[in-house]
Amino acid sequence: MADAKVKLAFELNGEPVEVAFAPHKTLLEVLREDLGLTGTKHGCELGECGTCAVLVDGKPVLSCLVLGLACAGRHVKTVEGMAGGGTLHPLQDAFAELGAAQCGYCTPAFLLTAEALLLENPRPTRDEIKQALSGNLCRCTGYVKIYEAVELAAARLRGEDAKPAPESLYGWR
Amino acid sequence: MAGGKRPTTALRVVGTAVRKVDATAKVTGVTRFADDLFLPRMLYAKLLRSPHPHARITRIDTSRAQAVAGVKAVLTGRDLPIPFGILPVSQDEHALARDKVRFVGDPVAGVAAVSEEIATAALDLIDVTYEPLRPITDAEDAVAHPEPRIHDYGDGGNIHKLVNLEFGDVDEGFAAADLVREDLLFFEGSTHLPMEQHAAVADWSPLPDGKLTLWSSTQTPHYVHRALAQVLELAPAKIRVVATPNGGGFGGKSDPFSHEIVVAKLAILTGRPVKITLTREEVFYCHRGRHPTLMWVKTGVKRDGAITAMHFKSLLDGGGYGSYGVASTYYTGALQTVTYDVPRYKFQGARAFTNKPPCGPKRGHGTPQPRFALEVHLDKIAEQLGMDPAELRLKHLVPPDSLTANWLKIGSMGLEQCIRKVIDGSGWTQKFRKLPPGQGIGLACSSYITGAGLPIYWNPMPHSGVQLKCDRGGGVTVFCGSTEIGQGSDSILALLAAEVLGLDPFDIAVVTGDTDLTPVDLGSYSSRVTLMTGNACIQAAERARDLIAQQAARKLQVPVERLAFADRRVFDVQDPARGLGFAEAVQAAEAAEGTIGTVGSYTPAASPGKYRGAGVGPSPAYSYSACVALVDVDPASGIVRVPKVWIAHDVGRSINATTVMGQIEGSVYMGLGEALMEEMAYRGNRNVVHKIPSLLEYKSPTTLEMCDVVTYVVEDPDPNGPFGAKECGQGPLLPVPPAVANAVYDAVGVRIDEVPITPEKVFKALRRKEKGEAPRFGPTAFPDIVWPDPIRVAPPWEGGDGKAVGPSDRRTVGQKTRPAGSKR
Repeated sequence: MADAKVKLAFELNGEPVEVAFAPHKTLLEVLREDLGLTGTKHGCELGECGTCAVLVDGKPVLSCLVLGLACAGRHVKTVEGMAGGGTLHPLQDAFAELGAAQCGYCTPAFLLTAEALLLENPRPTRDEIKQALSGNLCRCTGYVKIYEAVELAAARLRGEDAKPAPESLYGWR
Repeated sequence: MAGGKRPTTALRVVGTAVRKVDATAKVTGVTRFADDLFLPRMLYAKLLRSPHPHARITRIDTSRAQAVAGVKAVLTGRDLPIPFGILPVSQDEHALARDKVRFVGDPVAGVAAVSEEIATAALDLIDVTYEPLRPITDAEDAVAHPEPRIHDYGDGGNIHKLVNLEFGDVDEGFAAADLVREDLLFFEGSTHLPMEQHAAVADWSPLPDGKLTLWSSTQTPHYVHRALAQVLELAPAKIRVVATPNGGGFGGKSDPFSHEIVVAKLAILTGRPVKITLTREEVFYCHRGRHPTLMWVKTGVKRDGAITAMHFKSLLDGGGYGSYGVASTYYTGALQTVTYDVPRYKFQGARAFTNKPPCGPKRGHGTPQPRFALEVHLDKIAEQLGMDPAELRLKHLVPPDSLTANWLKIGSMGLEQCIRKVIDGSGWTQKFRKLPPGQGIGLACSSYITGAGLPIYWNPMPHSGVQLKCDRGGGVTVFCGSTEIGQGSDSILALLAAEVLGLDPFDIAVVTGDTDLTPVDLGSYSSRVTLMTGNACIQAAERARDLIAQQAARKLQVPVERLAFADRRVFDVQDPARGLGFAEAVQAAEAAEGTIGTVGSYTPAASPGKYRGAGVGPSPAYSYSACVALVDVDPASGIVRVPKVWIAHDVGRSINATTVMGQIEGSVYMGLGEALMEEMAYRGNRNVVHKIPSLLEYKSPTTLEMCDVVTYVVEDPDPNGPFGAKECGQGPLLPVPPAVANAVYDAVGVRIDEVPITPEKVFKALRRKEKGEAPRFGPTAFPDIVWPDPIRVAPPWEGGDGKAVGPSDRRTVGQKTRPAGSKR
């Protein structure tokens, strides 16, 4: 139980970090407990809900299923690394604007998974968004506002002057 | 209408689409949920849970666990002898089981250790000897087997609660009908499944402070406060409960829980902070979700669909403890009368104790089940009468500003608009009974309370309180005991204060859910928060506005009635250039009056019903919803897909459009899950163990199952709501399961009288249809229950006064029958 701690160096949100932790710990536990980054959440710790997703080398991974030790030398991105220079990432901004974050618990994982999607595919269709986010559960939103926020952010990231559709904010007349 | 006395400026904030005041914190991961709290020297707690559904505890030996290095304390039921429970009539829980365990997962012992791993390992070293008892597996089993009793209280044997209410002579109503139909339906239990597992952190400041602080993911900090004081025998002033933002609640965090009491006790014993975070499996054992409910409904109608009488019976599988169950039982019979005219109504409800995790309030609390039954039943009646189901409903709507047979006071009533929206939007008349085989369309409606008229424990005090403080710099802080569970309650306070005081919502700081800092709000349940905290907030803000206006008027030399508050200014409506900045006005007021702080509170008006049982159902306002669902049914597999849902919801008035949309879409989602897949399933033949306590195997809709949603927001302002607002967080769930069931019938001609509508059920019903048997899947019998004598209450139009009448004086009540379908 009292495993000797191991030391690990990797890149976290664009900065090099070194951290000492018990070797059995998952990346989720290392981030939350040893690095104090509690923006990464957990819903099952069994790889079922997607709530703990972070990006490792740009790909979404379930941090509850990845050993911290497996991340030596890799690039890890958490929700804390999304906003830059005091400005929200367009995905964060769109999620806030449309109410795609209700309780906010699943939100960090949705944001990072969507970011990975948009890096690969700047103009995803609704179906492609659904496919990309199908491993993330949300109990609050019914996903509708999440799709709309990803589409809005994608348009803005492409440089378009996009606004939410009125029916998205107020419903159909 | 609250807020109605304001000067004449148009609404500037209410009704717009505003991002929530906590949205930035949530998208940046900054929001601190309970498990995100780490305190110095913190210990970790784990609970040992029963492996038996029903057993006596004959011996517990914790000595081996206590000897483990790193274990700091071990608790058993002996350490926490005082019972608790959310309802005063059901104080039947102990934080740790004392003599008996009542479901697989019932907590038996608690351990605090320096790490979660050590605490978990120590659980295996606690020796418990159980003497298994025959488990009661479901409600029918409970009715059939009064012994062994799960509890030694209730309405006999394993029946927790029996209700028998009669509003007018239903037999006479049935005799006057052209068609009388009976149906049996079943609604399976389902669970809240919040993405955040329950977590709590307790901290104890030793004497002379002697003060306990508990941070918890709870929807009801006030009730947790009361339960801790009761069980720990501490003065309430020595306990502070902080409701951390909930990572989803849906009713599942509304009871005081064992784990909250256990960490509090462990913190007191060890003098160190103690945290517990439940595993996902444990969240399934906490449960308090939807009661599995068997229902029988009999309705008499005239040829035009006018209801002459309705008789409704429900049997609820309550699980191992009382929880909110008495209220849930009444709720399965309370709201049948608030949508369509029901001149005579009889309700019989029974809740059984069973050896499963306790059921309680899940989104819609006790009303989605009867609403499913009623709306499917009406669909069948419409077909028998050869009427369009939309027409049947539209012809017999309850009028606004009326009383129902069971003495509920209806205020605004926008269901007609809701039905017309979804009918027009979906192209109903071109599709109903006209789609190709395998495709179908179905309609259902519903209504829900905007807060319960009565508090959970009887008291004459406000249900919600707000304190409001104005800062010299022009900022305002609103303090309220309400609990942010993702529904946007913090934002409602900011928006309403901003509206009244002419500020921007982001000028308002909001402090909520902290029993040391905030006045009591009863909690985030029963869709009460926007209406009750909103009215309290408006009152506090109006009082502050009036104080500030007096001094501003003096300074500006303008009559106070001419002052308006908008755009962070206080100004003369006849000469808008003449005014003060809000901060300047606050300073003038503070100089004259001292610190500017005001309070507001809200208490619902008394309900006209005065009979025993009249406490459940009354609400300051009822929301209304209508839903059309489109389905594709594959006859080869029985798989039902729902590509699209049209939903219209009468929210009274939308305060924050963004939040309203999110609540409606989220309700549709959860209703879809209950319609198609969600079920709390147990292995009845294998020790009543939960079959699937995981997020993978408890099926909930992913992005791939979620339907498209076309939402219509209908605004029929209610005089009791803040600026007319009614609820929108629960009501829109209710019509989804029956709309899907009715659509499945339209698609393939089989009735699935039971949710979830799984492929297996559809397939079986289709096979029966092929064989010429009844094309149906659903329950076939309602057990015989010995009901108590009914409480008889004459409906308003039969000369009643809202009180029960005894059998002897029953004839003294006027028996003039209101013609079915007539408007009162």
